[in-house]
Amino acid sequence: MVEAALKALDDSGLSRVNSIYVGNMAGEFLQEQAHLGAIVAEDLGMVGTPAYRVEAANASGAAAIHAGALEIASGKADAVLVVGGEKLSDGLIEEVSSALLMGERQDYEGFMGADFYSINALLYKLYMKRYGVKDDLIAVFPMLSHKHAKGVAHAQYPFEVSLEKILSSPYISEPLRRFEVSGVGDGAAAIVLIGEELKSKIKAPKTELYISSATDFMTPFEREDPLRFQSLSVAVNKVLDEARVDRGDMDLIEVHDATSIMAAISLESSGFAEPGESGRLAMRGEFDLGGRLPYNTFGGLKARGNPFGATGVYQVAELHLQLTGRAGKNQVDSPMIGMAQSLGGVGGTAIVTLLKAV
Amino acid sequence: MRVPRYWRNKLFRYRLVGWRCVNCGAFHHSKPLVCKRCGSREFREVELPKTGKLLAYTVVKIAPKEFKDKTPYLIGLVELDDGTKILGQLTDFSREELREGARVEAVLRKIREDGENGIIEYGYKFRPLVG
Repeated sequence: MVEAALKALDDSGLSRVNSIYVGNMAGEFLQEQAHLGAIVAEDLGMVGTPAYRVEAANASGAAAIHAGALEIASGKADAVLVVGGEKLSDGLIEEVSSALLMGERQDYEGFMGADFYSINALLYKLYMKRYGVKDDLIAVFPMLSHKHAKGVAHAQYPFEVSLEKILSSPYISEPLRRFEVSGVGDGAAAIVLIGEELKSKIKAPKTELYISSATDFMTPFEREDPLRFQSLSVAVNKVLDEARVDRGDMDLIEVHDATSIMAAISLESSGFAEPGESGRLAMRGEFDLGGRLPYNTFGGLKARGNPFGATGVYQVAELHLQLTGRAGKNQVDSPMIGMAQSLGGVGGTAIVTLLKAV
Repeated sequence: MRVPRYWRNKLFRYRLVGWRCVNCGAFHHSKPLVCKRCGSREFREVELPKTGKLLAYTVVKIAPKEFKDKTPYLIGLVELDDGTKILGQLTDFSREELREGARVEAVLRKIREDGENGIIEYGYKFRPLVG
């Protein structure tokens, strides 16, 4: 986390900030370590600076950005450091699965062992049945993320994986396959948020940030439609409203593809594809780097990686690189507006960030 | 796990007893103060029907640590005869019986043991309904 934070601070030219927000989900469980705010402040040589950890399951990183952005908006801070990090490789595979389960209800799903992947598998089945599609139209999303991660220096899996290979990987929870879910990995990402006062003083490339959030019933099967992330739909509409832009203005999108089926449902819930149609659009190349709406341009959760608390910050940092023309070989053609969607659990929390080029 | 944490949910886990909102009908498996759907504060205790049909199922291959030695096991989404949808483990299914739309009934089974010296936890699972 310190390494990522220093990169962000050095890029901004700032050495001090008013506050630090740390995104992390599973520190207490995997490292038996709470109190990460003060620890990060100390390790950054910033003892004295207010610092908190923010937690919203898999959306913890985005929640930290939200908290930081609100402090800037309140006028109490001019500069905030947001850093997300997670070290999942300290846990055995079943411990990482248990950590993920902590984003569901322990007194219900947890008690019966209905883990994150099994909930996703049930949604996958309902989806195929309702829309009459086969698994290839869902497994196309991890293929796409891998395609975009190829050669990306900060990606966990920087190589392509064919659709055939994905569809012949073993089931993790039928019909969800191993290559359709993000892997176990470590990582950290950081961004610096500034207010109006500092805008003219900072020479580094800047973007304008808008962020909104919403919640939904914890269990998808208690929602009016389990195949729709209403939290995401609401948060997307709020952020578009606030930024005064339309879906059609979007030049790229970062989607929370913790699983293939969540990517499909996300695109459809947020109005970037009709229900049941996202896979067909992906097959047609609409979400390629050169397509209508470039998707997960550095590999998304699937291929760049999904270290829980870092994930939401990675998404926004990557959007920032794109909008400031610093995305290297993954650069999308002169983008002006981009969106990052982060989900906690299976959509219990949705946090949507929109960046505008300035 | 301490006994109270497990015990406080026993009505639902043993007998599918929960609370239905008097205003909107939403079902709550833990005793609520406020309805999660409509915000009402009036509930009546209900015992859900023990039979229903299987809407979807999956086979869990990689499980949380508490269930690590139970894999593979089955998780199903069941629509009970009154329309309530709940999740549960499936048990006693043969390969032929395992299909969406199958009639099921809730039975009391062992769910997990909390280590060598901890409590043994019981709860409902769904098995095929014959006849």
